[in-house]
Amino acid sequence: MDDQLLNILRTLVLSATPLTIAAIGETITERAGVINLSLDGSLALSAVTGFGVAVFTGSPELGILAAMVAGALVALIIALASIELRLDQVAIGFVLTLLMADLAEFVGVPVAGQRVQGVPYWPLPILSDIPIVGRIFFDHNALVYISYLLVIGTWFWLFRTRAGQAHRAIGERPESAYARGTRVNLQRYAYTLAGGALVGMAGAAYSLSVRVGWTTPPSMLGDGWIALAIVIFGGWHPARVMLGAYLFAGLKAVAGAIQSTDLAIPVTLLNTLPWVLMITTLLLVSSGGVERLLRIFPKQMQYRLRTILRSDPPRALGTRFDER
Amino acid sequence: MNNVMRRSLWTALPVVGALIVIVVLLLLLQQFTAVEAGPVEVLEAFWKSISSRGDLSLRKIANVIEFWIPLVLVSMGLVVTFRAGLWNIGIEGQMIFGGIFATGVAFFRFSDSPLVMIPLVIGAAMLGGALWALLVGILKTKFGVNEIFGGVALNAIASQITLQLIAGPWRPAGSDKAQYSASIPDASRLPGISTDFDVSLLAIIIAVVAIVAVVLALNGTRWGLNLKATGRNARSALLLGVPVTATSLGALMLCGALAGVAGAHRIIFTEGQVAGQFTGGIGFIGLLVVLLVGMRGAWVPFVALLFTIILNAGTQLQFINLDSSLTGVLQGMLVLLVMLFSGLRDRWQLSQSRKVKVTAPQPEGAD
Repeated sequence: MDDQLLNILRTLVLSATPLTIAAIGETITERAGVINLSLDGSLALSAVTGFGVAVFTGSPELGILAAMVAGALVALIIALASIELRLDQVAIGFVLTLLMADLAEFVGVPVAGQRVQGVPYWPLPILSDIPIVGRIFFDHNALVYISYLLVIGTWFWLFRTRAGQAHRAIGERPESAYARGTRVNLQRYAYTLAGGALVGMAGAAYSLSVRVGWTTPPSMLGDGWIALAIVIFGGWHPARVMLGAYLFAGLKAVAGAIQSTDLAIPVTLLNTLPWVLMITTLLLVSSGGVERLLRIFPKQMQYRLRTILRSDPPRALGTRFDER
Repeated sequence: MNNVMRRSLWTALPVVGALIVIVVLLLLLQQFTAVEAGPVEVLEAFWKSISSRGDLSLRKIANVIEFWIPLVLVSMGLVVTFRAGLWNIGIEGQMIFGGIFATGVAFFRFSDSPLVMIPLVIGAAMLGGALWALLVGILKTKFGVNEIFGGVALNAIASQITLQLIAGPWRPAGSDKAQYSASIPDASRLPGISTDFDVSLLAIIIAVVAIVAVVLALNGTRWGLNLKATGRNARSALLLGVPVTATSLGALMLCGALAGVAGAHRIIFTEGQVAGQFTGGIGFIGLLVVLLVGMRGAWVPFVALLFTIILNAGTQLQFINLDSSLTGVLQGMLVLLVMLFSGLRDRWQLSQSRKVKVTAPQPEGAD
């Protein structure tokens, strides 16, 4: 395999990492029935927080931790507003999207353009020696490996543990979960905060791993919306969500590769591609296209395929639940 | 009397609470960071942004109104879509497409008379905004794509199209790579009232007509009722014979048309040419305005005025070494806090009414 292609694939994996982590975080939150719409702002705020803390302490690890706290705090506002104050999650989320993006820009002024050491490069000992695969997947930094573990861990948690079953239940049928003794709102707090913390980690992955630094306007602007769309495209399933993140990162990598050749394709056209892909994927999963596709297959296979390709949102998504 | 006072107190409470929190935050910033300016200086900057030498300045107020017009237009449009239960985040793209259509017609130069060109340009702006909004609507009603995501994607696409047009067909003569388009021909530009009060009279009239028409239509027509029914519960509205799809699409197109005029105003009056981000984020600020006023469209002009004053103070803030992004922080913070405080108020009122129920003994069999 030639070196250039190998490098493109390697960059693809690196740049898919923040999207994967953010989308997995949002999956965890939405599986509990809460929408954290603030991703586009949260990512910017946590990116600047992580970068700023890394600049002041010299430690990228502390930066990641601070970014996770920032992401969790934004999520806490959403949880409090929807559970305690009965406000609309989408409305609060949207206001936070704008507010946090502006706040990130405001607090980022002193650290903009500064340099700091990003998350240290750490090729995994034996795995990175595997030809081709090792170079593409295991020749990165710790955040990339964490994103793999998160996908597997979240899948195992949601579909192979009792607690994960309760987690899904509070997003699907909170009344039944409550009747079985699950403390719905307490758990919703926990999953919203956990999801927010992961969104924060994703923010740090932008400013301390993919492209170390902070600029205004930030490089990840718009990716929050893409991550939200990936969760829908991924049918709230960790593996498909990861696939979606790699699809979008792949498109970006291809666009970047085209840009560096002499092909006379305007940059603006390349920049619209992720958004065209976003509409196309949502169209595919929302318009019943999947159902029509399934009918081609024999009856016995349909059930299995449907569980894999399913794209109905958690039934109680965006609603609130009164415990009494 | 007592009741009226209590009601207005309850309405004012969230705003007062929000302001207190913002003042505390500014004080904390001043105390613990390198920022030297505090709440007093920020307030002074606001005053300076509309006054000169201690008096209200007509010229600076004209600047505020220049922003106020497009903000009112998008906000009135958004009141309509909110009433229909739609989150029209695609408003920025609709502004952009209004601007694109208007500029296209302006560069076509059918005539050198403003009497011919201006109506054509404004008509094109309405058409452009409405068509871009229709796209969001079709994606939602025909294909089930949530209007939030359709809107965000179409915003980004519209803004890339603008860049492409500036770099290509609209680039100023003799330049290779341009940040701005060529200037709009004079015949298609809106004239100001005077050099001291540089605001377009026609634009003010359009904005006022939009306010009155939307408020009246929402509260006094069958169409307004249909919108409300669609927004409250689309399924039961459909069962009651409300044409839900047509109502939603109509609301989006009306909003898009108003946004289109707002976008065109930025080009044919304020800037005189097309820049990459010519909307100035006004569409998103409109969403904040509407979140604050809720369904009460008649409040829009006043809240929009407050928001334009904050926005317009951005340049003044830079003089006291505060980044102009603080204006966005203030606007967002204000809306967030007002929402949180009204949530708190509602919860407190609910718990009060429950207490009353518990303490008052219920006669048996009263239910």
